[in-house]
Amino acid sequence: MNAAKRPNRWFRNLSAKVASIPMILTALVVFVGGTAWTVFYSFTGSRLLPKVKFVGFDQYERLWSTRRWMISIENLAVYGICSLILTMVLGFTLAALLDRKIRFENTFRTIFLYPFALSFVVTGLAWQWILNPDFGLQGVVRRWGWEGFNFDPLNNPDLVIYGLLIAGMWQGTGLVMVIMLAGLRGIDEDIWKATRVDGIGLVKTYVQVIVPMMRPVFVTALVIISSGIIKLYDLVVAQTNGGPGISSEVPAKYVIDYMFKAQNLGQGFAASTMMLVSVIIILVPWAYLEFGGKKHG
Amino acid sequence: MKCKTKLLSAAAIICASSAGAADLEVTHWWTSGGEAAAVSEFAKAFTEKTDHNWVDGAIAGSGGTARPIIISRIIGGDPMAATQLNHGRQSEELIEAGLMTDLTEIAEAGGWKDLVNPSALLDACTFEGRIYCVPVNIHSAQWLWLSHDAFAKAGVAVPQDWHEFVAAAPALEKAGLVPLAMGQQGWQQNIAFGTLTIAIAGIDDWREVSVNKNADVAAGGSYTAVFEAAASARELARDSNVQDWNLATNMVISGKAGGQIMGDWAQGEFQVAGQVAGDDYTCLPGLGINQILDTGGDAFYFPKVDDPAVQAAQLELATLLISPEVQVAFNLAKGSLPVRGDIDMSSANSCMQKGLQILADGGVLPSNDMNLSADTTTQVEDLMAEFWASDLSAADAQARYVDIIARAD
Repeated sequence: MNAAKRPNRWFRNLSAKVASIPMILTALVVFVGGTAWTVFYSFTGSRLLPKVKFVGFDQYERLWSTRRWMISIENLAVYGICSLILTMVLGFTLAALLDRKIRFENTFRTIFLYPFALSFVVTGLAWQWILNPDFGLQGVVRRWGWEGFNFDPLNNPDLVIYGLLIAGMWQGTGLVMVIMLAGLRGIDEDIWKATRVDGIGLVKTYVQVIVPMMRPVFVTALVIISSGIIKLYDLVVAQTNGGPGISSEVPAKYVIDYMFKAQNLGQGFAASTMMLVSVIIILVPWAYLEFGGKKHG
Repeated sequence: MKCKTKLLSAAAIICASSAGAADLEVTHWWTSGGEAAAVSEFAKAFTEKTDHNWVDGAIAGSGGTARPIIISRIIGGDPMAATQLNHGRQSEELIEAGLMTDLTEIAEAGGWKDLVNPSALLDACTFEGRIYCVPVNIHSAQWLWLSHDAFAKAGVAVPQDWHEFVAAAPALEKAGLVPLAMGQQGWQQNIAFGTLTIAIAGIDDWREVSVNKNADVAAGGSYTAVFEAAASARELARDSNVQDWNLATNMVISGKAGGQIMGDWAQGEFQVAGQVAGDDYTCLPGLGINQILDTGGDAFYFPKVDDPAVQAAQLELATLLISPEVQVAFNLAKGSLPVRGDIDMSSANSCMQKGLQILADGGVLPSNDMNLSADTTTQVEDLMAEFWASDLSAADAQARYVDIIARAD
């Protein structure tokens, strides 16, 4: 191809580039700019209003010596790992079952997806009532006659995070199921025929053939679930408000509480910077594996 | 200027009617039965006595929920016309940033300096010699509310102080009652702890720790006794699993719990329930141990706005809130004490009379809102929330408390 004929690469697809300017500006100013601003002020002693009064790493030292922050991190880890694994497994299983050309598939799909239409606040309140020992599940079962039935996770500091997990999964699994179902529907019918001809068992086909083919779908679901986990806040506020005591606190709530309730912006910024760092720690190796690997071969 | 001079005089209403009626959005977090009854007294007086309208901006949840909303609206450039805040250190930086209306002139014209009793209330509104808020009531946190019904069921006499209460607790438990009602929120548990501190560690040690932030005293023996008392109070409250303070008060009202440590705003709930002080319930200021109350309170701030009609209405509201009739009506409904020493509170019930007597005798302490920054208070509340909900030992809790006090500013 003649080099002179080729238009300047800056002007190729000009209209598309012009159209994306607002998005680029938003990303730079709002996201990158806002992030830089937050990180900058996390090194200051800002209280109610941002002030440039540097205190070095004081805010971070205090953060990591605060018990509430440590509990928040632990809770997020437990919630995150459990909900990541369980929603993926459950979502895929449900999708695979629905994909077996069952009757009333639409009805089931609607039932499973419906919780996702509710906000986390509604979900949290609903599950707060369901798990209420007097009026909810425990009360109902006891009234049926099982007097000794005990299921009261929200008032037990060791179990409360699993109470949140139940509500979170109830809300999120439907969405993952739908994404997986879309992925399954994209699998060519010939593949199924081929495995049947080769006499490969159903489970083996799923695990060894279908799942690897659905890799992009899994990545999409993973990103959606993970971003939901990191920003976990409204569910906790609605369902337990961090209680009992501080046993169901999460990092995002720490940030909000210290920025506004405690009127200590510096501390809140330090905490949100740590949240960013943790996201980057997870994101960078993943992005390297996902995109960097291909370049080299 | 002419308008302003008139405003300062008693003829505020005439001037305002020329400026036209304004809608004044007022935000507050008074949403329980007794509180709502009290704030409607303000709204009624404002709507009846001026041409302006009171637009109620109640924010559900406690102050901890409402304050961030209020403050972010002010900082974000969408201020309401007036707002409740606990005066003291919460609003320091807002005033510093010039976001609040200066009320010094109407305060001087109204002679607030001589009226407001104790004077510490007005001092908490004052920043660099200028006055920025109207105190509307005095809140003391150091009260123990006791249900006569519960003690009758348990077959023991109504206790006269904290020690008798602890001694009576086993009888209450035997009768299937919860000895101590406690809402599971950090600020309520912190109030109970603070009340125990003043009663058990004594006023001098309390002052040394809370006002002077002396961590050595906080680590000392008197505070060890306080944490041990708190640990035993925690056992008494084991079976109370309500969240909000008014639900805990309701346990006392309905005779399901023996008592509750809560501020004098609980009085409003008893009133709404139609109970009579002395007959149906007993109140013990300072846990019946020392006759002293802290004088926290609620105050109204007026964020700066551009509309001159609203500005005029703001000053009118400020004058109205501290006027004698409004003070009496509001505080009778709320169960809190008036900020003026010169008004007739003879229609107040026996609990409020106790409070008024303590106030008249000068048994007052500055409240934690005035002593500690919101940052320190939040850390203490986090500690208390954890302490009351877990098996954290008294010694460990004290060690962490000392740490917070040592870093307090």
